Amino acid sequence: MFGFILRRVALIIPTFLGVTLLAFALIHLIPGDPVENLSGERGMDPARRERLLHEFGLDRSLPVQYVSYVGQVLRGDLGTSLTTHESVAQEFATLFPATVELAFFALLFAIAVGLPAGILAAVKRNTFADYTVMGLSLTGYSMPIFWWALLLILFFSVYLGWTPVSGRIAVQYDVPAATGFMLIDSLRAGDAGAFRSALSHLILPTIALGTIPLAVIARMTRSSMLEVLREDYVRAARAKGLPRWRVIVVHALRNALIPVVTVVGLQVGLLLSGAILTETIFSWPGVGNWLVHGVQSRDYPVVQGGILLIAAIVIAVNLIVDTLYGVINPRIRHG
Amino acid sequence: MKTLVDGRLTLCAVAVMTALCAAPVGAKGTLVYCSEGSPEGFQPQFFTTGTTFDAVSVPMFNRLVEFETGTTNIVPALAESWTIAPDGKTFTFKLRKGVKFHSNANFKPSRDFNADDVLFSWYRMADDNHPFHKFTAGQTFAYFEDMGMKNIVDKVEKVDDYTVRFSLKRPEAPFLADMAMDFASILSKEYFEAMRTKGTPNAADVYPIGTGPFEFVSYQKDATIRYKAFDRYWGGRPKIDNLVFSITRDATARYAKLKTGECHAMAFPKPADLDEMRKDPQLSLQQKEGLNVGYIAFNVEKKPFDNKLVRQALNMATNKEAILKAVYQGQGQVAKNPIPPILWSYNNAVQDYPYDVAKAKQLLAQAGYPNGFEVDLWYLPVTRPYNPDGKRMAELIQADWEKIGVKAKLVTYEWAEYRKRSKTGEQAAMMFGWSGDNGDPDNFFVPLLGCEAVKGGGNVARWCNKSFEDLVLKAAQTPKQADRAKLYEQAQVIVKEEAPWITLAHSVRFDPLRKEVQGYKMDATAHHYFTNVDLAKQP
Repeated sequence: MFGFILRRVALIIPTFLGVTLLAFALIHLIPGDPVENLSGERGMDPARRERLLHEFGLDRSLPVQYVSYVGQVLRGDLGTSLTTHESVAQEFATLFPATVELAFFALLFAIAVGLPAGILAAVKRNTFADYTVMGLSLTGYSMPIFWWALLLILFFSVYLGWTPVSGRIAVQYDVPAATGFMLIDSLRAGDAGAFRSALSHLILPTIALGTIPLAVIARMTRSSMLEVLREDYVRAARAKGLPRWRVIVVHALRNALIPVVTVVGLQVGLLLSGAILTETIFSWPGVGNWLVHGVQSRDYPVVQGGILLIAAIVIAVNLIVDTLYGVINPRIRHG
Repeated sequence: MKTLVDGRLTLCAVAVMTALCAAPVGAKGTLVYCSEGSPEGFQPQFFTTGTTFDAVSVPMFNRLVEFETGTTNIVPALAESWTIAPDGKTFTFKLRKGVKFHSNANFKPSRDFNADDVLFSWYRMADDNHPFHKFTAGQTFAYFEDMGMKNIVDKVEKVDDYTVRFSLKRPEAPFLADMAMDFASILSKEYFEAMRTKGTPNAADVYPIGTGPFEFVSYQKDATIRYKAFDRYWGGRPKIDNLVFSITRDATARYAKLKTGECHAMAFPKPADLDEMRKDPQLSLQQKEGLNVGYIAFNVEKKPFDNKLVRQALNMATNKEAILKAVYQGQGQVAKNPIPPILWSYNNAVQDYPYDVAKAKQLLAQAGYPNGFEVDLWYLPVTRPYNPDGKRMAELIQADWEKIGVKAKLVTYEWAEYRKRSKTGEQAAMMFGWSGDNGDPDNFFVPLLGCEAVKGGGNVARWCNKSFEDLVLKAAQTPKQADRAKLYEQAQVIVKEEAPWITLAHSVRFDPLRKEVQGYKMDATAHHYFTNVDLAKQP
């Protein structure tokens, strides 16, 4: 087990290098540059343009810029935003809790609905329930997030007036950001109204962001369950006369969960990338929203640093998921 | 059992929904404005975007002089009056007494605003050796530099505590309008020095202290900015108690929030939503002629556009009325001059080229192109305030030009790349435009058509005409507005005759508000002012 983790950790180094290279190359491949972005329709005196490019370090060749960037990252410095002049790591730290809060609830929603739906579809195979679950999950999976999000807003917020349109909390609540997690912060502030408001603001973004993972989890659970339900030991358990729910939950589900856990782990990456669209539409002040703006303003340090940090988190989560296999099923041991 | 569980679930869902039902708008006297983006920072001198100005210089700071809301007239602000020496090189400002600065947890001002603050604010930008000149790499006093202030102002002196004198290197009539711009906001010298003594000089740029109608309360990055009315504002306390900017980048979400009452006013509506907004009984849609122009520029350094007849022919071949209808959906007016009619010195006597295909053909033949020619026409890849749909416009123009044998190939690039390439003169004919930053005609003529701007890249026609240049430079050095207007009027005649552009349209801007918002006036320079706004009680 320990050796397995070590090997996985060693693999992280080339992965990271690849991520820095990719992030660096992609943002530099987009036409335009941050200085151009400053000047708008107005012209810019060529001397001033040169001076700014020099100050941003953009007058050097790309390989030199890349090597210097990697060196900087290795020293733990992700640089300074070219638009706000604030530390990239600091901005990320400020905004990341909002993204985590949303991703956490989206995943919770996806598992809480997807898992039972998948089990139901497997157990009631080829019935109306199965077709409904699978049909809905296919629809959910194919729905573009931004369109789905707008539909949700138009129906629940504008038409029914049940939920707020966007943001994290109603404006009358000025909750000091202690942890950055609005639910926790509003609880700490001891204001029930603020907590309710924060919770209500979570509903639509959670559904929008959680829909695709939900569909994936439901489909994965169904197929995995179907496979396990055909196994001899399940038949044996049934033959012993165990109650049906016990066979499904204890004997089948536990084994069926292994591929599902992998998929859930992979969804974390999906949630963080999906957050980019969801956050933009719901004005959710997280890293997705921040990255989109970084790309628009060609804020190289923000985009590179943001991608790197997100990649680090995705890699870490997958590592944890891999080690979790052993916990779920003692037969699997990484030796 | 199964139904019981299902029943409980449904009940629970209903309970949760009811408990969390729609949030109310906000506390009494709080106006919520759904803004389009986050400010880059809270310092009016560093940044150049309207988003930052709306959030910083407009609510929290003042200038020596300001634009009267809704017009480009210059009115007294922190300066009560001013005199301009007959040579046009010395501007003396008499400062207002009893103007208070805001305070915050780290700073309580011990004195009122005075001449020291003016000198501090100016020299922080102008003097490279000023102790507060620079903190971080890449931080620049962008607008100050863009406006070439270092080449205009020689020195600023304190005559006494309430009098300052700006000595210019050359007569520069637009200087007064420059001083009304956001970058010329007045900072508190005492605050900056106090923060330096505390060892946190940066704090003064992050937690703003100004003299404006609203005080800074808090900022949650990319989410909300909160302000409260400044009780001791020299211009009288604002009518609302609190102002909140709810940052909402998506225009559809902004509109949804306006409809549900989560905000009272919103920035930049989508053109497609305007009709529906007009019909909504809960909303009012204000509109104002924009201080802008959309145009096609011909690169006069390139064949065949070095020939005036060709440029005139294409002017005549373009059906502007049709473009106004199809692209601007009637929300604007046909442009015949480079400046909009709301700007003083607009020459209404200028005759625009008529839409006349036969005459255009004739001119083209005269120029030596009886069968027309092929040309690249660059079109805008993005929506801009002066042009809602570049592609549609380009298609219409392409069809128009086809009629006289000019085959336009439509070309575009990503927006930043588009601007970058245009500055190198790669273009033949390109679509562009401008939104004025201040109410001075100089702010259109010089950056867009002046000879210096060919070098800087803002003059995308790369047109440098001696008679025109002499007129606009002379106008800049003429103190009296009436005299200047005459010179600009002549300049407009030359632009029309020489036809470096096809002036297409001046668009209209829109600000949607909820009906309970009272006393809101749209600004000429596209800022959003809430100082004199009140909220009617809701039934």
